[in-house]
Amino acid sequence: MWEGYQSPGCWDELLADGQPRPACDGVVSYLAALGDRLAARQEAAELAVRAMGITFTVYTEASNIDKAWPFDVIPRVISTQEWERISLGLVQRLTVLNLFIGDLYGDARVVADGVFPAGLVASSVNFRPQCQSARPPQGVWAHICGSDLVRDVDGTMYVLEDNLRVPSGVSYMLENRLVTKRVFADLFRDLDIQPVDDYTNKLGGLLAALSPRPGEPPVIAVLTPGIFNSAYFEHAFLAQQMGAHLVEGKDLVVDGDDCVYMRTIGGLVRVDVIYRRVDDLFLDPEVFRPDSALGVPGLMRAWRAGKVGIANAPGAGVADDKVVYAYVPALIRYYLDEEPIIPNVPTWLCHLEDHRRYVLSHLDEMVVKPANESGGYGVFIGSRATKVAKEKIRRLVEARPRDYVAQPIVQLSTAPTLCDGKVVPRHLDLRPFVLVGQHPYVTQGGLTRVAMKQGSLVVNSSQGGGSKDTWVIDPTVVPAPGQSQAQSQSKW
Amino acid sequence: MLLSRVAESVYWAARYLERAEATARLVNVHTELFLDLPKAAGMGWAPLLAVSGSRDAFGLRHTRVSEEKVVHFLTASAENPGSIISSVKQAHANLRVTQAILPSEAWGVLNQLHVWAAETRLEAVGRRTRLAWTSRFISQCRLFAGLLDGTMSHDDTYAFFEIGRGLERADMTTRVLDIQAGTLVAQPAGAGPFAELMWTGMLRSLSAHQMFRRIAGPMVTGPAALAFLLRDPQFPRSVEHCLIEISRALLEVCRHNDPMAGCADVQQVLEQTDLSSLGEGKKSAAALHEYVDRLQQGLARLHEVLVNTYFELEPSTIRVLQPA
Repeated sequence: MWEGYQSPGCWDELLADGQPRPACDGVVSYLAALGDRLAARQEAAELAVRAMGITFTVYTEASNIDKAWPFDVIPRVISTQEWERISLGLVQRLTVLNLFIGDLYGDARVVADGVFPAGLVASSVNFRPQCQSARPPQGVWAHICGSDLVRDVDGTMYVLEDNLRVPSGVSYMLENRLVTKRVFADLFRDLDIQPVDDYTNKLGGLLAALSPRPGEPPVIAVLTPGIFNSAYFEHAFLAQQMGAHLVEGKDLVVDGDDCVYMRTIGGLVRVDVIYRRVDDLFLDPEVFRPDSALGVPGLMRAWRAGKVGIANAPGAGVADDKVVYAYVPALIRYYLDEEPIIPNVPTWLCHLEDHRRYVLSHLDEMVVKPANESGGYGVFIGSRATKVAKEKIRRLVEARPRDYVAQPIVQLSTAPTLCDGKVVPRHLDLRPFVLVGQHPYVTQGGLTRVAMKQGSLVVNSSQGGGSKDTWVIDPTVVPAPGQSQAQSQSKW
Repeated sequence: MLLSRVAESVYWAARYLERAEATARLVNVHTELFLDLPKAAGMGWAPLLAVSGSRDAFGLRHTRVSEEKVVHFLTASAENPGSIISSVKQAHANLRVTQAILPSEAWGVLNQLHVWAAETRLEAVGRRTRLAWTSRFISQCRLFAGLLDGTMSHDDTYAFFEIGRGLERADMTTRVLDIQAGTLVAQPAGAGPFAELMWTGMLRSLSAHQMFRRIAGPMVTGPAALAFLLRDPQFPRSVEHCLIEISRALLEVCRHNDPMAGCADVQQVLEQTDLSSLGEGKKSAAALHEYVDRLQQGLARLHEVLVNTYFELEPSTIRVLQPA
């Protein structure tokens, strides 16, 4: 099954020159001992995914279909030592992004000091003037973040982007773990794999701390756009796990006292905290898009009056802009006087003339991305683009340079993945989730997304990507002699 | 704390599922009866349209009543909002919203039923496959109801399921009575050689025949059948029993004074009239129709009260200060 396994010139997460990397020893020898029986484990995992009803919604014009979550049974492994450093780097980044957002909606010191150009604020599609001078509790705007990490050929881990609007995927991280626990129960006994399931408790705690009525049991609601949203499964999952109420805009009403209430069969019940999974522009038709049926009229009024906590705060998306991303290293130096712990991928900003000229003359080596899209939509990858696609992106960039950034093509690292009964290298990334509250929290690992097609660099589930469980393991903790391997062999 | 929207979804899902199941039963029994009876009995398919309240909708699309057209319209038609297929789709859409609250096994069954019914819907039309299809459909509905009963907490959410089901069931029983019994009662005394068979058919279309026999003996007479379907407190599809179930379910729900009163109003109508006066002949038929009409109005009012009390709450009306 593993015959001839070799990463195509990329960094492989599990193997180096045919040998397991330090933290991967136990996993690799276990999998090797399993041999062809690995396929049965994959089947068991797929059965578990169906039985547990883990789905994501593919939304087409005709109908919306719940598809089983695509899952690869071979885990991706990271050492605790590396993860500690990455966690620090993520906390550093999000501390700074929160300072930056607060600054932009406050005195705009960062602009006055010439670190961030005023023109970029003015042209930002996610800057909300309605949030100016608002003061969310603890000065936190982006409470829940999912930053995407990628590893280049030399093994360096980069941040590829920061998702601060309504990042999704955390439920799949949690469900993936439940599936691997079922399928590799013996490995969980033998190896010291960091648990991930405290996420929902931490999230619940973070939200509770935003309640405007401290000391009373808070009523927390997860605000979803509804069943047609591709992440509805996750909204329902998180609400269920936290004991929160899953609500839609029409369930909520803002009364004359500026408090938010939900309509229950018993009457109106005050809501203290809203974990919103609805985009800014749809949150409040009184302030943003008047045609929004997903929002709650008066919600911004309630939030500004401090009568309800909202996570992420309205307007936080201003930092979820790939142009802002390019400034993060400078922002870290500016606000913290520190060097970035995790580097950025070098980024060209197409609105700068010299950058643009360089990008357009090196399209073959570039990934060109819309600055404000998510889900991997509209991404241009130069190495495999047709002439027509190149012309198209050139026209787009020239017409709206502020909306595009470009980066060199990162040869994403690979990991062994089971495809059609054979273990083959597939490219992947990693989305850890960060909670910013009184005590910052980073998930142990995160959601590993994998491009299931050979050579593909697109990992989004909406575009044929799958996922893997992510194991953070301490390689310096040596399992009791001969345990994992010997036992797994004797069992079969 | 049950959101109004969720309560409403559960209520409607229960109504739609009950409607789908009742329609399957009607089609099933009517088909068997049709095969049994000689042509001379003059049994047609138009009454089925009347029972399901879709005569007008059918008339908009078809000029002629035929077995195939009627059965297709009632079972497989996507154009008829009251067809089995459309009802299941509505129930599915309503429960999808509340998926997190339903036991996952039950959701799985409903999901499968939804997909299976849509894929095989034409089997409901062909006479050769119709009985098997409707029987399977009914048993899947029962499986879903059984799973809910056995695996879901009997809390206020479940109560709305029971209330929706009870109301739809009572409504369906009154409609069957109105059309089928009405026709039979209107016939002159003696009512032809097939009267007993047709009374039996009416009982069977409500799955009531066997239970009726247990208390009424071998003879099926019109007044006894009517009394059974209206007032028997123990038979689960009698109007009386449905109302008892609705009141019992309402006990689980907060602020139930108005709906309880609405329920009692229908019960009063039900019990006031002397059924023995609804014997046979044209005059009796008119009286039966008038009686059933009052019951249906009462049920419609009860629905209104539920909507006003629980589903369409005006802001600033009732505020719960601090939930328990």
